[in-house]
Order: sequence, then C-alpha cells, then structure tokens
Amino acid sequence: MQVATLVGRAARAMAVPAALIAVWQLAVTAGYLPPRLMPSPWKVATTGYDFILGNPNSPGAYVFSGSFLKHAYISTLRVLNGFGLAVITGVTLGILLGVSRTLERFVDPVLQVIRPIPITAWLPLSIMWFGLGHRATLFLIFLGAFFPIVINTTIGVKVVDQRLIEAAQMLGTRPSQLFYRVLIPASLPSVLAGLRVGLGFAWVCLVVGEMTGVGTGLGSAIADARELFRIDLIMVGMLLVGFIGYASDRVIVYTFRRALRWSPNLFR
Amino acid sequence: MGRAKVDLKELSKVFVEPLTGKRTEALRRVSLTIGENEIVCLLGPSGCGKSTVLRVVAGFETASEGDVLVDGVPVTGPGPDRGVVFQEQALFPWLSIYQNIIYGPKIRRLGRAAYEGLAERYIDVVGLRGFEHHYPHELSGGMKQRVAIARVLINSPAVLLMDEPFGALDAQTRSTMQEWLLDVWQAARPTILFITHDVDEAIFLADRVYVMTARPGRIKLEREVSLPRPRTLDVLTSSVFMHLKREILESIRSEVHAP
Repeated sequence: MQVATLVGRAARAMAVPAALIAVWQLAVTAGYLPPRLMPSPWKVATTGYDFILGNPNSPGAYVFSGSFLKHAYISTLRVLNGFGLAVITGVTLGILLGVSRTLERFVDPVLQVIRPIPITAWLPLSIMWFGLGHRATLFLIFLGAFFPIVINTTIGVKVVDQRLIEAAQMLGTRPSQLFYRVLIPASLPSVLAGLRVGLGFAWVCLVVGEMTGVGTGLGSAIADARELFRIDLIMVGMLLVGFIGYASDRVIVYTFRRALRWSPNLFR
Repeated sequence: MGRAKVDLKELSKVFVEPLTGKRTEALRRVSLTIGENEIVCLLGPSGCGKSTVLRVVAGFETASEGDVLVDGVPVTGPGPDRGVVFQEQALFPWLSIYQNIIYGPKIRRLGRAAYEGLAERYIDVVGLRGFEHHYPHELSGGMKQRVAIARVLINSPAVLLMDEPFGALDAQTRSTMQEWLLDVWQAARPTILFITHDVDEAIFLADRVYVMTARPGRIKLEREVSLPRPRTLDVLTSSVFMHLKREILESIRSEVHAP
C-alpha cells in the first residue's frame, strides 16, 4: 500500500476520536463537567503514561506506576488459555454439529438455552465451583468465547456448497478426507467470524472475572482504582483493555489473511 | 461403435420426499449405451430428468430400479473413473488453478512424479499458462469450465459426464468452448456423456443423440450423427445438420406442448 494512502487512512480513523477528545477537554476546562467524576483527557493521558511507563523522576511513587506490563501480561495469558480452550472445543463441536443433523437435534437446544444466560449470572456459580479469582476467570472466558465459535463454525459447515462435496467425491476423495480437504477450508471464513466475536467476548469476560478478586490483571487494576476513587485510572484501564482487544483482533485477522486470500471480498 | 463403456439397463428413478412421503417419478426404464471414445448427447425438455440420468451414472443418486454398468462394473457411488463437469462453477475456490488441476491425482496419493508432467500438459490444453497460481474467482466463466474439464481428464476417467457445462456461458463463449471440446476430444478421445437442452450443441458435438420425453423421462428417439470429424462450425449449415435438427426439434416440441 502507498504511504500516502496509509497516512490518509490513519487520519480518517483518528478524526472522530480527536474531535471527541477536543469536546471533552473543552467541557472540563469550561467547568461543565465535575472534575471529580470526569477528569480531563489530559489528566487521563498523564495517568496512562505513568501507569504504562512509570515516573522516572520518582520511581515507585505510588502502587500503579509502571505496573501496566505486569497486569497486561497476566490478563493476556488468561485470555489465551480460556480462548484457546474455547477454540479447540468450539471448532470441533461446531464441525460435528454442522455435519450431523442427528447430533444437532440432541445438542443444539441445550446450547441455545445456556447461551443467553449472561456472564454475570454465571459469576456466583463459577465462584462457588472454582473459588474467587484465577480459575473462575478462565471458566468465564471459556464460556464467553465458546458459543460464538460453535455457532459460526456450525453454520459455516452447514452452508458448504453441496456441489463442492460432490466434486471432491467424484475426484476420488474418501469420506474421511472430506473434512480436511473440503469442509474445513470451505467453512474457514465463517470460523474466522466466530473466532473474532469469541475473542471479543473473551476480553469482556476476562475483566468481569478479574474484578472479583484476583491480585493482578487489568480487571483487578480497574477494581482497585474504583476502591481508591481514581476515575482517571479506571478510564485508563478501560481504554487499555480496548486497545489490547483491538490488537488481538488484528492478530487473528492477519493470521487468517493468507489462508483466506482466495476469498475475493473478505479483505477488501 | 466400440464396446460399451457405459450401459444403462431399464433405469428407473423415483424420488420420495422424506417428510411428506410424496413420490415423484423422474425416470422410467431408461436404457442407453455409450461406446468407447464416443460422444453421446442426451437432449430433452427442462425437468425431464436428463440430469438425473447423469447423477445416477456419477453415483450421486442411486437407481430405484435397473442397472448402471461402467466397464461392466455396477456403479455403487461416486468415483474418479467417472469425472463430472457441473453446470455451475464447482472448482475449489481456496485452491489455485494448478492445485485444482492436480487435486485428483494428489488426493489419490499418486506421487508428484506421476502427475507433474500431466499437469503441465493440461495447463497448456486449457490455455491457462501464466494463470496457474491464480484463484478461480479471478477467471472468466469459460476459463473456469476448461479447468473443471482438465481436473477431471487428468484422472483418465472411463467416461466424462458433462451436465450442461456450457449452459451458463454467453453464446460466443459457448460456441468457442464447443470447438475447444472437440479439439480436446480429437487429441485424447475420451468417452463423453453430454447433457444439454441445446439441439445445435448436441448435434455439433455428438456421435449419437438421445431425446427424452417430459417427466417421467423415457428415451424417445435415438439418432446417429453422421457428420464427419473433425468438425468445424461450418457443419451447422449443412443439410445433414438441418435435417436432423428439424427432426429432433419436432420431437422435443411435441413433449413441451403435451398436456
């Protein structure tokens, strides 16, 4: 891509956030917003800088300085674990449900009843089962990511063009080879959609889980900031979860880009 | 005619809807043969079951009654000895043109040495040198159908089953493809069952033409096409062609207008 178009694209992506921040800063400066409940964007930015990089002039000035990496690392590991488990189980079950109408009739009603139960409603149960903290958080992440992955994979397999299956058969493909040769590649765009939605939910569930009493993690940082009434820090935590979630989505999209370059409209 | 490569004996097919139990009789005692190296065209009004005949020979559908023999062996399911060319685009969109062409030999674990030379030859046959690493969506309709034919021919099938393969192409491309198919046939002489509703196409391509009735499909007419080979588009205006075309059109028309 041309450098000029990249710069242009970045400028367009930044325009709306820049305008929002400008209005926010003006509203705080003009006194329309109570600074105790709504710190200025500048205050949030300096807190963020301190949270991420620390304050070299007074190291360890307070407990959150420079602690971002530690929190982000633990949180990312939790997401990778819970999400990874959801990918393995979700894609496998999704393929099976997509292939077998019989299995789908047995399993799908159960899935569809469990799926709408909010993650916060699972919280008490998961705390009773897994205790406060780490393992409950993993369970919630798994639960949040699992359903979008199963559903999208199932649909992806079900809508595979019957012609392609027949084409594979008449070219000599055995039933056991159909999975790898046809069903998986043909459903890949749909699987990608499931992974992206699932990963988004994984970050949501991570924060819900971490706010219930783990020592480290971005969610726990947000919870601690609330205890200390540090609204600037709450906002920093929220924004950072958003940015890391965005980065993780980009990683998935770029990972699939090569495998899906045959799909003409996916990466326009 | 050489020995029969494909032999349909009294083939009947009844479709039963699984939920309602509603029965539709698609084919009634259809008998036809295709000799080695022969091109046989099956003509008929739309909905007469001509595609069903092909799908039974391909092994995608099972016969309700009767036998389908290919090289004397009953058909039990789809297999690489019966290559199918579909009307709709059915290349694997995630494979390049080259990968689509070598799919058959590769899936049957023939080993690179066995198919590499063949693949190179077929890329030239389909005229897609330089497009080997393109994906199907980057090709025109005619190019895609040429690839679809090549990926089947590379399996050296006993019979090539073509289900209105040029039906979705524009008139100009269709006519070019018909000439191209005859060139390919002249070079390799594959046995071909060709389904179409286009009378000109059937006569231009075929050694023999079968005409089917409206549903339930039966064989109504069988005619040899005595036009000499190799054929060019000039035969379309010859008196033999015109005579045969009139007779076949009459035969089909009486089916379409039947109550």
